[in-house]
Amino acid sequence: MKHKTFFWFILPTLSAMLLFIALPIVSVAIQSLYIEHEQVLVVTENCGPFGCTEATAVDLEATASLREEQPLGRFNGLDTYTNRAHLAFAEIGESWNTTETWSAFFSEVLDLPFYWALAFTLTYTFVVTPFVLVLGLAIAVAVNNLPKMFKGPTIFVSLLPMIVTPLVGALILFWMVDGDGIIGATLQWITGDPTLSLKATTSLNWVMLIVYGIWSSLPFAFIVFYAGLQTVPSETMEAAMIDGASKWQSMRHVVVPHLMPLVIFISLIQLMDNFRVFEPIISFQAEAHARSLSWIIYNDLIEAGNPLYGSAGASSILTIIGVAFLLVPVLIRTWRDFNSKPV
Amino acid sequence: MFLKKIALAGTFAGLMGTAAYACGPSGESVRILGSDFPAIQAVSGTAQANCGGDAGEFTVTLRDDTRDMMNQAQTPNPAQYTSVIVANSTLTQLMNDGLVRPLDDLVAKYGQDLNPNQMITIDGQIMAVAFMANSQHLYSRTDILEQAGVEGIPATVDEVVAAAQAIRAAGIMEYPIVLNASGWNMGELFNLFYFAHGGELFKPGSAEPNVNNEIGVAALNSIKSLTEYAHPDHLSHASNETQGLWEAGQAALGIMWGSRGGAILDDEGSSPEVTENTVLSAAPTVDGGSIPAATLWWDGVTIATNISDAEAEATFAALASAMSADMVAEHNDDAIWLIDGYQPGPAAAGVSATAQGGAKPYPMIPYVNFMHNAASAELADFLKGDESAEQTLSDIEAAYTTAATEAGFL
Repeated sequence: MKHKTFFWFILPTLSAMLLFIALPIVSVAIQSLYIEHEQVLVVTENCGPFGCTEATAVDLEATASLREEQPLGRFNGLDTYTNRAHLAFAEIGESWNTTETWSAFFSEVLDLPFYWALAFTLTYTFVVTPFVLVLGLAIAVAVNNLPKMFKGPTIFVSLLPMIVTPLVGALILFWMVDGDGIIGATLQWITGDPTLSLKATTSLNWVMLIVYGIWSSLPFAFIVFYAGLQTVPSETMEAAMIDGASKWQSMRHVVVPHLMPLVIFISLIQLMDNFRVFEPIISFQAEAHARSLSWIIYNDLIEAGNPLYGSAGASSILTIIGVAFLLVPVLIRTWRDFNSKPV
Repeated sequence: MFLKKIALAGTFAGLMGTAAYACGPSGESVRILGSDFPAIQAVSGTAQANCGGDAGEFTVTLRDDTRDMMNQAQTPNPAQYTSVIVANSTLTQLMNDGLVRPLDDLVAKYGQDLNPNQMITIDGQIMAVAFMANSQHLYSRTDILEQAGVEGIPATVDEVVAAAQAIRAAGIMEYPIVLNASGWNMGELFNLFYFAHGGELFKPGSAEPNVNNEIGVAALNSIKSLTEYAHPDHLSHASNETQGLWEAGQAALGIMWGSRGGAILDDEGSSPEVTENTVLSAAPTVDGGSIPAATLWWDGVTIATNISDAEAEATFAALASAMSADMVAEHNDDAIWLIDGYQPGPAAAGVSATAQGGAKPYPMIPYVNFMHNAASAELADFLKGDESAEQTLSDIEAAYTTAATEAGFL
């Protein structure tokens, strides 16, 4: 395709991407550099059905004139990024100087909200993604080898977790793992511990969220691999069989290499999806035990009266940078494959 | 006494005879926004019944997420609603942006039947008129307490813990206590016990945090002593879960909202064994103190700033006409009313006892949200046993300072 034709062809998509993806990110980045005006406070006396108290209130006129002068707020540079709620450079520096062992240092770092959320987010991403890849492929191969009449129903059932809205799916599971739910009660019966609760400890909460993550993303990997399996060339498979390859060997040396582009595709999507894990934490009411980067952003914004836009903006930009870091190795590999192919 | 009653009844009948409600200017538009629960349904519904015919337009919008959208709805001129029904914390939220108007003139004109203690005054100006009260308090199962050999209803945290211990020792329940401790509720739990120990969240006259002290440690230890006996999943429990456990008969002592009392005591969703033996009493005090571990809440009406004076008058007149003894007589058990004519029933016993015990109102301070949120976020580490009380309190102060600085309060 000529460059000029290509340009006109891509123009509508490109402008939509600029408008709906690039510009919002720029606006978030700008917002993250600002914080609210100083609030002018006045002392007031509040009275009500329960008596009178001294309290403070915002001086509206003074605040309004400040707001008019600088609509974006006060410029704060990168200070929001380095404060305690985000990268916490000062706090980490202090922990480094005051702690003597590595474990003490790490426990102090993990006490900081951003790093605690990052720890869960990364654990979730790096456990769920490989499980989804391996199990997705296994189910796809299994379904592919089923007799024809069972294939349709099995595919339908395997896709169910994807059909259920994530929030609803998580809520259903939340009740099932409750001490009175079918899974929770069964686990208590198996372990013989009537007080066992998946929601009560941090480690079991993480396991529960990760299992949910695998369950809900599995159908996506399965359906992509299943489609890929239909394109495996039968000549190569027959040749491998004639050469005496076992089922496992032809799987390992023929099918998997053939599906490699799909593996990269699924890893890419899964890394992005899992890095911004959010719904299960809300549905499982698990924020006491597990928080993710997306949860931090949400928490800054639900402060109904005074949402912290700067803080939420900074967390968003840090999340985007995190996703970029994760995707670089996969993208480099794709780029190399693309260049090595004879055109 | 008898004669007095007759006389009263006579005046009452006389008033009723004059019929027509003072609905203010006619043909105006009245638009009410509120949260969706029975007490607000009663007030807004009565206002509409009284004055709907007189108004040019009368709409009532009740929803669950009022708090999240009210500032956006009221900022434009004209505002989307002429009145928002608020609570302690949401009045501050509207006042931070100057979205409610003083009501002194309107109260003078239409508020003859209102009680002085319904008026919420800020700096001498009436900003809202409250109609109901709410607070957390103790729920007890008398049959289980009796079975475990506990005498009377526990009144202090130590007595609650001792009762829980006795119930566990008697092998009746392993975890007899339920309390709300997920998300926002966790911060609220901290408020309850910090206030009960006599603490102030902020240094006087400033937005500087003031929780990292001995009172804070004592408050955390009170909470910890209760959670030892609380359902293992308590960190994921909010009102719906605790009410469910209570109605299922799986708890013997609970710290829950007074507004759940009606639903727990009615004959739906539970067995007679539970409802007949459930007693509502004041929130427990802490050792040596006399303040119940609770925060008092009110719900009340406000009038928007960005509307015409005639609309404001018509809206207030309609709502004032609804805050009457007649409305209360019809909806007596829907709330703990602050309006004359209210007959407290068993569902109100806990809140009245808590208020009489001197519990503190939830603070109406513009930056209290940040402290609440910081406590909600940081307290989990302590309750899970991962962290010392001192470390948790210093984390709460640090998290608060970061957020309040960004919002411009520090």
